[in-house]
Amino acid sequence: MKALFLALFSVAAFAGEALSGAVEKQPLNMSAIIMFLIFVGATLGITYWAAKRTKTAKDFYTAGGGITGFQNGMAIAGDYMSAASFLGISALVYGKGYDGLIYSIGFLVGWPIILFMVAEQLRNLGKYTFADVASYRLQQTPIRTLAAFGSIVTVILYLIAQMVGAGKLIQLLFGLDYEIAVILVGVLMILYVTFGGMLATTWVQIIKAFLLLSGATFMAIAVMAHYNFNFESLFSTAVSMKDSSIMAPGKLVSDPISAISLGIALMFGTAGLPHILMRFFTVSDAKEARKSVFYATGFIGYFYILTFIIGFGAIVMVFQNPQYLDLAKQAVDGGYPILGGDNMAAIHLSHAVGGDFFLGFISAVAFATILAVVSGLTLAGASAISHDLYASVIKKGKTDGLMEMKVSKIATVILGLVAIYLGIAFEEQNIAFMVGLAFAIAASANFPILFLSMYWSKLTTRGALIGGSLGLLTAAVLVVLGPTVWVDFLKNAEPIFPYKYPALFSVSAAFIGIWFFSITDKSDNAAREKEGYEAQFIRSQTGIGAEGAVEH
Amino acid sequence: MKQELVDRIKNDPDFHHLVSVRSKFAWTLTIVMLVIYFGFVLTIAFDPSILGTPLSAGAVTTVGIPVGVGVILSAFILTGVYVRRANGEFDELTRRIKNKAKGE
Repeated sequence: MKALFLALFSVAAFAGEALSGAVEKQPLNMSAIIMFLIFVGATLGITYWAAKRTKTAKDFYTAGGGITGFQNGMAIAGDYMSAASFLGISALVYGKGYDGLIYSIGFLVGWPIILFMVAEQLRNLGKYTFADVASYRLQQTPIRTLAAFGSIVTVILYLIAQMVGAGKLIQLLFGLDYEIAVILVGVLMILYVTFGGMLATTWVQIIKAFLLLSGATFMAIAVMAHYNFNFESLFSTAVSMKDSSIMAPGKLVSDPISAISLGIALMFGTAGLPHILMRFFTVSDAKEARKSVFYATGFIGYFYILTFIIGFGAIVMVFQNPQYLDLAKQAVDGGYPILGGDNMAAIHLSHAVGGDFFLGFISAVAFATILAVVSGLTLAGASAISHDLYASVIKKGKTDGLMEMKVSKIATVILGLVAIYLGIAFEEQNIAFMVGLAFAIAASANFPILFLSMYWSKLTTRGALIGGSLGLLTAAVLVVLGPTVWVDFLKNAEPIFPYKYPALFSVSAAFIGIWFFSITDKSDNAAREKEGYEAQFIRSQTGIGAEGAVEH
Repeated sequence: MKQELVDRIKNDPDFHHLVSVRSKFAWTLTIVMLVIYFGFVLTIAFDPSILGTPLSAGAVTTVGIPVGVGVILSAFILTGVYVRRANGEFDELTRRIKNKAKGE
């Protein structure tokens, strides 16, 4: 139980904690339910408002392209500040102290790289999906198919992890049945996306990001106020309750290969996540795209500092506090287990600093967080199906925006139902590897093609197709043969591939594969594609031509 | 984009200036970020005790706390540095290139 949530959410996939035990259903939490209903009511109101403004495919995919840099920064931060980050990282700090900070830093440092290397180029070249950019001067059918496949796989893996996490969390926080919780999340997400498109998805994300940052700020300030805003006295109290190991690096990063591989997965994976990349098309130009990353980095960094304080706050105010002690578990295992496991540390802390009302608020925000994140994921998956597969591959571009939007809505409903089904099917499974796999595939298949299409003139369709597939397969195979699937999921004694994070190897395989099969490609096609680089490069650097592509 | 326009921009000294200055700037900042981050995690991988040293004798707070927060702040500051220059100098250059491309 201790590591359960950690294992369910994205953070855990990398922390690699083992999944054990089952979640106990909690009694109905009325104040949380009322606040959650207010949130749902407000967001459905927004969806209604957004639906009236969502008339064209451009509105549907990119909220009309009129989101400001600040709003988009908040929405991007919202995509990143999932229930997993909030509960999982504060639980990691609560349990292991400093390791939680190391962990969160890995998730942040990809953002500056995204800004310096891809953000504005993406805005200048693309329209709705990152496949627009990847296939800009290459053959549409193979490259879009591969990019769409990469997107859909990433989205589905991520969705399963979120849905299972959502079901368990809601069971704990609200006392609802697992199936009902999963269905509720799926249905609301389908409503937001099909009716409100990107506009509703973005605003739901912004509101949630605001609520989460406000709630976390309040908790951090309340904790610090107890210690006169003196960190030394907070830390010394925490150390006196646990021990001094929480102030130093622990076992999270052990060997250099794992450290580098994890870093690569987090950096390049972030830059290859379709639901994140899609957000760059919602702003008007390169300038706003840049500002988005600046604000997003600020919000995310601030949030991670808050979760660090919250984790330590939980050590001093929740740990050993008889009110939150799981007596039944203590009788068996000893120690100071808290009710619901370590992932409830932040939730208990909200009660410790703000009483029942604030507990309800934070629980409702955690639920809202899941809804907002799955909506963004589903929209990205649906766009890959409608824009890349349907409009570009099947119809070869010979379709109108309305038909494409209709396909996208149908795809949303199907993805939503698939997510509900898989969420229920995977309830009892150890799915810790899924987000790790999603990041590995995003880093190994999506990112190398995207990056080289922008910066390497000699890239050809053959190179991108073979290299990208190689990266995808290497990532998938190494995750399966590694400790998270081979040992933890399939219950073998020893992993065939020793490292938890395959990115160092799979990303290298992708880059080398793309390079080799591009330079050896002597076809006429390849020659034309190389010629096309010049015009693409000028557009990616200046944005000339980008305005036209945005209009219909 | 028409070939004629491509050629015109390609031969624009402002375009070359923009591309070379910006890519140098972007790569420099990227390398700074990579050095900071991988310096941080490799320090932990090779010798975790460095970050576990107390800030001063008898203190509980370790060197790792300001260093960790520093890495977070550096990410934010580096993005700020880039955005500031890009929104001023680079956008101004881009605007000139666009105007010339339009034939003004």
